[in-house]
Amino acid sequence: MSGSIVLEAPPQGLQGEGFFATTLEQVVGMARKNSLWPLPFATSCCGIEFMATMASTYDIGQFGAERVSFSPRQADLLMVMGTISKKMGPILRQVYVQMAEPRWVISVGACACSGGIFDTYSVLQGIDKVIPVDVYVPGCPPRPEQIIDGFTKIQDLVQNESLRRRNSPEYKALLNSYGIK
Amino acid sequence: MALEINRIKEILVAKFSYNVSEILEDKGVVSIEVALPIFIEVVEELKNNEILDFHFLTDICGIHLPDNEIEYQFATVYHFHNMKENVRLRVKVFLHGEKPEIPTLVNYYASANWMERETFDFYGINFTGHPNLTRILNMDEMIVFPLRKEYPLEDAGRTDKDDRFFGRTIHNS
Repeated sequence: MSGSIVLEAPPQGLQGEGFFATTLEQVVGMARKNSLWPLPFATSCCGIEFMATMASTYDIGQFGAERVSFSPRQADLLMVMGTISKKMGPILRQVYVQMAEPRWVISVGACACSGGIFDTYSVLQGIDKVIPVDVYVPGCPPRPEQIIDGFTKIQDLVQNESLRRRNSPEYKALLNSYGIK
Repeated sequence: MALEINRIKEILVAKFSYNVSEILEDKGVVSIEVALPIFIEVVEELKNNEILDFHFLTDICGIHLPDNEIEYQFATVYHFHNMKENVRLRVKVFLHGEKPEIPTLVNYYASANWMERETFDFYGINFTGHPNLTRILNMDEMIVFPLRKEYPLEDAGRTDKDDRFFGRTIHNS
């Protein structure tokens, strides 16, 4: 039983008797990635799959995302799950703007990624028309395993992110292209 | 006493003669076509007549038929229900293609308020006398009427749909 447990490799650093020295970036990345607090912006069927992912069988809490918050001020990860209509676009943008840095966005399901099968007058053809997105999870709806896969990709992004990324000119240019200050 | 189609026919034709036409029964729903000038009087009769007693307005929707003559290009369809006798009635009113206007039923049926706003939102049919005729389901900034036939089905901003899989190219290559 214990043979099937795989320990994650420690970050690069100097280890000695009772101490481990590494860079701040590595520690902060590791701490952030294992305690992402998601904001479930669940609109349709993908929201139901997310409920299954939060529940005991698939348990996204095992990755540290135990405390979901519906307040954008207290959340790290905006999980947009479901069809976003054009009328909902400004509201989604407002929720994104209210989140504090560092913030990540995962777009779950075909409707959030590209409008899905609803190529019509009322559905926003992809949330990346209003907010910047970090990870796209395709599927209609994606199985909980796929949502967890997307979540682990976000964790990779979080761990490897530079501490100065949010102040860099490229990031500012990205936000400007969406009209977000 | 069950209210039958013949009885409805009798009462309406007696009062309105040639302006009420096309009385059919289609899958159990009686359907009539009413001319626009006497529309409000017909509705009053449907509501106030003790035998007809259509006190419940189930639905209002619009139709756009651009292939018809200009006088018959839009239509509003009303579904009435007499719950005591369990009889449904469909009323169709044809409207002008360039200026579709019809008096509101808000003063007779409270449910007409939002249903007429929805019909206006999608077809642009003007309900004269409506207290707040604004868009209800679509964005307020929208300038087109999406369910009219000239509005395209698909959103113009999609870049990922491959034309081959939708039968839109001549060669499937």
